[in-house]
Amino acid sequence: MSRAPLRPLARILKARASGENPDVIEAANRARRHEAMADNQRQRAEGRLLVLGLAFFLAFGLIGLRMGVLAASIPEEPRASAVGSPIIGQRSDIVDRNGRILATNLQTYSLYAHPRNMVDPANAAKGLAEIFPELKEEELLAQFQSDRRFLWVRRQISPEQMQAVHDIGSPGLLFGPREMRLYPNGPIAAHILGGASYGREGVASAEVIGVAGVEREFDSFLRDPANEGAPLELSLDLTVQAAAEQVLEGGMALMNAKGAASVLMDIRTGEIISMVSLPDFDPNNRPRVLTTGDQSDSPLFNRAVQGVYELGSVFKIFAISQAMELGLVEADTLIDTKGPLSWGRFRIRDFSNYGPELSTTDVIVKSSNIGTARIAMQIGAERQREFLDSLGFLAPTPLELAEAPTGRPLWPDNWSEISTMTISYGHGLSSSPVHLAAGYASLLNGGTRVEPTLLRQTTVEQGPRVVSEEVSALARDMLRQVVVRGTASFGEVPGYAVGGKTGTADKPRLDGGGYYEGKVISTFASVFPANDPKYVLIVTLDEPSENSGSEPRRTAGWTAVPVAAEMIRRMAPLLGLRPQVDLAEPVGVTLTSN
Amino acid sequence: MRGLFFVLTALAVIGLAFWAYQENYKTQTAISEVRSLYDEIGAAHERLGMLRGEWAYLNRPDRLADLADLNFDRLGLLPLMPEAFGAVDQIIYPLPPIRPITNPIELSFEQLSQQENDL
Repeated sequence: MSRAPLRPLARILKARASGENPDVIEAANRARRHEAMADNQRQRAEGRLLVLGLAFFLAFGLIGLRMGVLAASIPEEPRASAVGSPIIGQRSDIVDRNGRILATNLQTYSLYAHPRNMVDPANAAKGLAEIFPELKEEELLAQFQSDRRFLWVRRQISPEQMQAVHDIGSPGLLFGPREMRLYPNGPIAAHILGGASYGREGVASAEVIGVAGVEREFDSFLRDPANEGAPLELSLDLTVQAAAEQVLEGGMALMNAKGAASVLMDIRTGEIISMVSLPDFDPNNRPRVLTTGDQSDSPLFNRAVQGVYELGSVFKIFAISQAMELGLVEADTLIDTKGPLSWGRFRIRDFSNYGPELSTTDVIVKSSNIGTARIAMQIGAERQREFLDSLGFLAPTPLELAEAPTGRPLWPDNWSEISTMTISYGHGLSSSPVHLAAGYASLLNGGTRVEPTLLRQTTVEQGPRVVSEEVSALARDMLRQVVVRGTASFGEVPGYAVGGKTGTADKPRLDGGGYYEGKVISTFASVFPANDPKYVLIVTLDEPSENSGSEPRRTAGWTAVPVAAEMIRRMAPLLGLRPQVDLAEPVGVTLTSN
Repeated sequence: MRGLFFVLTALAVIGLAFWAYQENYKTQTAISEVRSLYDEIGAAHERLGMLRGEWAYLNRPDRLADLADLNFDRLGLLPLMPEAFGAVDQIIYPLPPIRPITNPIELSFEQLSQQENDL
């Protein structure tokens, strides 16, 4: 780079010759040089500023663009970071204790319409009315021609129906995927499962919600995706439940009853192996709730849990057991049974006259109201109340059903002496068959409290002690005697040593005034095998009447007991119980291998 | 020296950029593969659920009872009753297996009639 000299010789000489100051020339040149330098530097600075500005502009522009994209895009799950099994969004299955499916899901389609997109609404309405007979062509056409943008046609359709709708070829008829709850066994265990319906519905999916039974009680568990599809395991046994329903339905028809209920409970764990309430319904097509009349006439009514009735003489064993536990009586103490027993204006009578005295065992075997009432008088109201409370009779059952809290037992506000006497033989205190099953299980399993449950248990939790082992064994022996030589003689099932107590209670009038004539609730509460208790079975028939004789017989011994015996005959082998056979001669040497 | 350093740096940047580009595409391929696998698993779950539902429906106790009734002539199935249980000593021992014949005796009609004539 050549620099212009500050004092160019030619101009200096010329200036000197003309007498000018040559320094002026130098100063002018210096100023010009400085100006050029400043220009140069300004240009560089401007360039730098431009680059910097551009960089900032690009950086901010990039950030702005990214923010715009983030704000405008649809959120997406980070797939790359997901580990383990993919999220299963379906509602969990419900299975029985052996893993057989009681409720599962099925992928179906829903059908909806966008009437504005329809080319030929008349043809679409005609086609739909042909495919779905319950739809009216005129109504559909009116809806299609109104100015609605959207309407549901059907919530669920089968693949065949879907193809048929497809063949109509209307662009306004659209399908959305839809999950459907399926109960493959139909009405089996209907009251326990309850049913499901749709909550919030969208075109792309719909929320399945439980409306009753375990479906409602465990709704949040069944919907929780954290379970990863783990099923809800119930304590029911599908095979036993099916057999119980079949036999009970037959028994109900034979005994001309209008309703029936049965509860089979594991005596140690309180697991309900089978629970039936008849009449029943199909949870796939749940009937509507009755809006008028008595809810207990609806098939939705679960008699085993919600049916709170006075259950009659089946309660006697509680009074007798408590008296034995308190040391008031022994199994062979003689009890005064001269009747009628008067208390104020009440008179307590027996079914027939059993003579002046009966042993405690015979009070149970012959089902003497007077004898039981006399024993209850010795116990007293307070102690009786505490004992029944310890067996769970004074609170709704803790069963895992949405309906369980409605099965609230009824008892007199004033637990007077006469209440004590009537409650001792099962009148005055109303409870459900599940209460009774839990009470019998607690009393007879060796004397520890069990809580009824519908969930499969893997461990046996020993509850608080209710009565001693000896009293429990004595109570079982008394119940066995009832079947061997008492009111439940039809209850004998060879090989299963059934023990039990009958109960026949008049139905109270709905208007609250006294009892119906000729309408009873007959109950058989049983335990089998009595010598090694495994299960408790309660069978209740509503208004039964056995008409084979000259006059209708309504007592439990003629109605509930034969039904229960047949149920035990069918269910015990399914439960894996071997009949206990008395061998005529002892088996000699048994070869086990050759 | 400095020139070489600049060239090497530039080459390294180009190389790293190329590597990052490839990794990016590999990752995206893997992600889309995972996505399609998830879709497949979902579809398989759905199919499995359908099959399980169908299995449960076809094995529902009512249907099995009806089938047992229909085929009673051939199968003779009855509900399980207490009589179905037996004792150990009711089971017969397996029959001893028939040994292979090692020493056969040849017999023919003529020989037999001969022997009878001799007697």
